[in-house]
Amino acid sequence: MITFIQGVLLTLLAAITIAIVRQRNLFGVVILAGIYSFLIASVMMVLDAVDVAMTEASVGAGISTVVLLAALHLTGSREYPPAHAALLPLFVSAVTAGALIWGTAELPKFGVSHAPIHQNTAPKYIEDAAQHKMPPNMVTGVLADYRGYDTLGETTVIFTGGIGVMLIMRGRRRKSKGSDAKSKSRERSA
Amino acid sequence: MIEWEMIAYHYNYYITIFLMVSGLYIVIARGNMIKKLIGLGLFQTSVYLLYLAPGKIIGGTAPIYDKAYQVYSNPLPHVLILTAIVVGVATLAVGLALVVRISEEYGSIDEDEIFEQDEDQ
Repeated sequence: MITFIQGVLLTLLAAITIAIVRQRNLFGVVILAGIYSFLIASVMMVLDAVDVAMTEASVGAGISTVVLLAALHLTGSREYPPAHAALLPLFVSAVTAGALIWGTAELPKFGVSHAPIHQNTAPKYIEDAAQHKMPPNMVTGVLADYRGYDTLGETTVIFTGGIGVMLIMRGRRRKSKGSDAKSKSRERSA
Repeated sequence: MIEWEMIAYHYNYYITIFLMVSGLYIVIARGNMIKKLIGLGLFQTSVYLLYLAPGKIIGGTAPIYDKAYQVYSNPLPHVLILTAIVVGVATLAVGLALVVRISEEYGSIDEDEIFEQDEDQ
């Protein structure tokens, strides 16, 4: 059974999500997304994922919000109402939700220790930590040692992402020198 | 007859599914590209919850070893999701850079207006 505080946090999360869907001002959406990140970090705390909560609070609520605000500064923050009816997307979402809820019916109960996820690798990590084969913080040990290749892949993705952003932005500078694209966009936003 | 007990046990999953479907809806229905990226972010964070919730053991503690505790939550989902969060920011940054470029080229970040301009050419 979930605890009371977890139930409250999850319900708040759903409320914030509805607000994000309905809000048409992009600045408001970005701030709501920041609130959403902090709430989900709190949920992660309650779920014992302390390292993940810390990362989500700093990266999800911090860096993401800053990057989104910077993008809003460059593009303008007004959101236009949709031109067409949103019935088809609603239908697709409802069908997906139905299928997923049907899928949860057979899942093990929340928080029980005999669920299959706790039977295989997790006891070994805990035992190794007990025997001081890895740092007391098991997440650190697994991240840097047992699954170090994952972390290497993650670093590669970040590197690729950084190069991608730099290449896209470099094209922007060259273009604005040569053509009238930037002045045209300035005209439109003014 | 509604099984209240099962709803209480699976409340995590229902909220996760709600977040996931909301993200999906925003990505399909909203024309604004920054809003679309935030919808994608909602979808991503719902996957975090989907991974972390089964790793929790009630009565357990965070996976940091101490002699005083015997029961720990599963550390493996935490490691996977740490990776996913950081990768998520990288994809968001690349997506926003593309949006900025599109905005400069078309003067708009609304999907319909961009399609209209493409048809006019």
